[in-house]
Amino acid sequence: MPKTLPPASAGTLRALPRRNFSPALLSPKRISPAALITVLAVITLGCVVAFMVIDLRGNLSYALSRRGIRVGAMVVVAVAVGLSTLMFQTVTANRILTPSIMGFDSLYILIQTALVFTLGSSTLLTASPALKFGVEVGLMIVFSALLYRWLFTGGTGALHLMLLVGIVIGTLFRGFSSLLQRLMEPSEYIVLQDLFFASFNQVEPLLLGISAVIVALVAAVVWKLRKSFDVLALGRETAINLGVDHRRIVTLVLVLCSILVAISTALVGPVTFFGLLVVSLAYQMVRKFSHAALIPIVCLLGAITLIGGQLLLERVFGFATALSVIIEFAGGLLFLYLLLKGSLK
Amino acid sequence: MSAPVLSRSAAAEQDPAVAVRRSKKPSETTWLIAGTVLVGLLAVVSLFVGVSDVSLPRLLAGDPEAWDLVWISRVPRTLAVILAGTAVAVAGLIMQLMVRNRFVEPSTVGTVESATLGILVVTVLLPAAPIMMKMGVASVFALGGTALFLAVLGRLPARNTLLVPIVGIMLGGVIGSVTTFFAYKYDLLQTLGNWMIGDFSGVLRGRYELLWIVAALTLAGYLAADRFTVAGLGADFTTNLGMNHKAIMRLGLVLVSLISAVVVTTVGAVPFLGLIVPNIVSLLFGDNLRRAVPWTALFGAGFVLVCDIIGRTIRFPYEVPVGMVMSVLGATIFLALLLRTRKRHA
Repeated sequence: MPKTLPPASAGTLRALPRRNFSPALLSPKRISPAALITVLAVITLGCVVAFMVIDLRGNLSYALSRRGIRVGAMVVVAVAVGLSTLMFQTVTANRILTPSIMGFDSLYILIQTALVFTLGSSTLLTASPALKFGVEVGLMIVFSALLYRWLFTGGTGALHLMLLVGIVIGTLFRGFSSLLQRLMEPSEYIVLQDLFFASFNQVEPLLLGISAVIVALVAAVVWKLRKSFDVLALGRETAINLGVDHRRIVTLVLVLCSILVAISTALVGPVTFFGLLVVSLAYQMVRKFSHAALIPIVCLLGAITLIGGQLLLERVFGFATALSVIIEFAGGLLFLYLLLKGSLK
Repeated sequence: MSAPVLSRSAAAEQDPAVAVRRSKKPSETTWLIAGTVLVGLLAVVSLFVGVSDVSLPRLLAGDPEAWDLVWISRVPRTLAVILAGTAVAVAGLIMQLMVRNRFVEPSTVGTVESATLGILVVTVLLPAAPIMMKMGVASVFALGGTALFLAVLGRLPARNTLLVPIVGIMLGGVIGSVTTFFAYKYDLLQTLGNWMIGDFSGVLRGRYELLWIVAALTLAGYLAADRFTVAGLGADFTTNLGMNHKAIMRLGLVLVSLISAVVVTTVGAVPFLGLIVPNIVSLLFGDNLRRAVPWTALFGAGFVLVCDIIGRTIRFPYEVPVGMVMSVLGATIFLALLLRTRKRHA
């Protein structure tokens, strides 16, 4: 129990997973995780097929390959954001944190900006994409591991303080990036802007391929660690008592999160609340607390939200690419709700 | 008698340095005068920073072109900086008194975001509306947003010092996402960017005078500052002292919202200013309110002047908006303040 906070609010943010299971609104009583995963997988497939074939006109192979790339990008982003949020929440034993709220993707954008600012866009454009990506992810891992490990292993008690520090760090990174962007030549800025605001419509097939492979590898590591995550979720002290090397695994998770955040940001730009939304939904659905169930459900839910949401927006409401704004809005409301509900307990 | 009542944060109470400084009172007026002179010097420096050549010799020689430049562009700009800096800092102080929280200001509780949404709405619905109309709508939205925050705050039973700004920032984020959505839909994203980033480069004679309104509002805030402190202590306490709690809260709400709305419509948002300045003043001079308000005003004006001068010289002859300089400096100082809290807790 953190001694600096009043007891009324101290337990809320670090509420252990099992506590939130009483009002599982979305979970029908007798559906097992396996059945749930099957149902979700079918829905996901349905979304993908619908996205691919509805309103298909003109040159079929061209249209299909374009749509295929968009679907692929959405799946990769859904898995990257969902998994990074799930891991992050588990190691911080906290239900409302996501890597982006803590400033991870602003850090990624700052590193990109600083690289272009110091080396110039021509260096970056001529460098091989793989090398460039490697350097960026490497820097990201070093910085985030230093910064966030310090944050999470220092004053572990004051969680509100940590959250606020994270939010302010994010603001600081954003402010610093925009300052650097303002200082650079307009032509350099245009190159930079393309680097992190590629939407789902303009994803490079090669970059998508590389990203998909990396995300798959990370997902495999996460899957291997699923039992450790179950133990970690019991809280830092309990996990250490049960023989988990807490410091080592926190560092590992931060590294994995950095990779995932770097990939999703490079592919489609920053999304703050998407992970929060998907992971909260997954927790609502899974009655039994186990990462073996949570990991696939989070990935599937993410894909359904993105592909299904995009489908609805485009085909039903006639908007083009404002999905992220809607997700931000819904996720922001959910965040406030969780914050207030947690504090009222 | 007023000292324990006025110390709003436990942090200030525990800090012996603050207490010591409070007890020995140097000739306060002298210091204030010295500070004013310093800010005056900064203002003079700010008059001479710019692309066009306005040098002292040219002015003394009576060059009409140089004098025109001074009266049309430089003086209005410096005045706008001083007025906005003073007002935003004092608005932050009032907000902090009202909710008894050190980490709160109009841009961390959604007031500024609401005002921006208001401007967007009036721009979409009545593109030809006069500026006073835009300002009016922005004020109404700012009032609504601030009231919403206060209502949410009322639902937090334990007034956790750090939870209050988190809730406020997120509320602002949610309002901001609505604004972005509609700005995107009506193709006003770029215009929106101009409102959200405080920038004095467009200030000319005839385009800043509305800021005198905030000078009047700031004065009203000064006169009523004691009441906000009392109101922050709760409805029962205020009523026991024979005051009308609701009326005071309403006054504070209106003052803060109007100041934010006018500043956002004329020069854009100036982040962190209202947060940093009152905190620094409190660290230096304690929580005696009569002393705090003039110092807050002075520091506010000085801080924005410095940031504006930095913004104008860092990439000469181009300009970096003051809002960007402020967000980097302000966030850094805010972090330092937060980590000070962490050190004390550890």
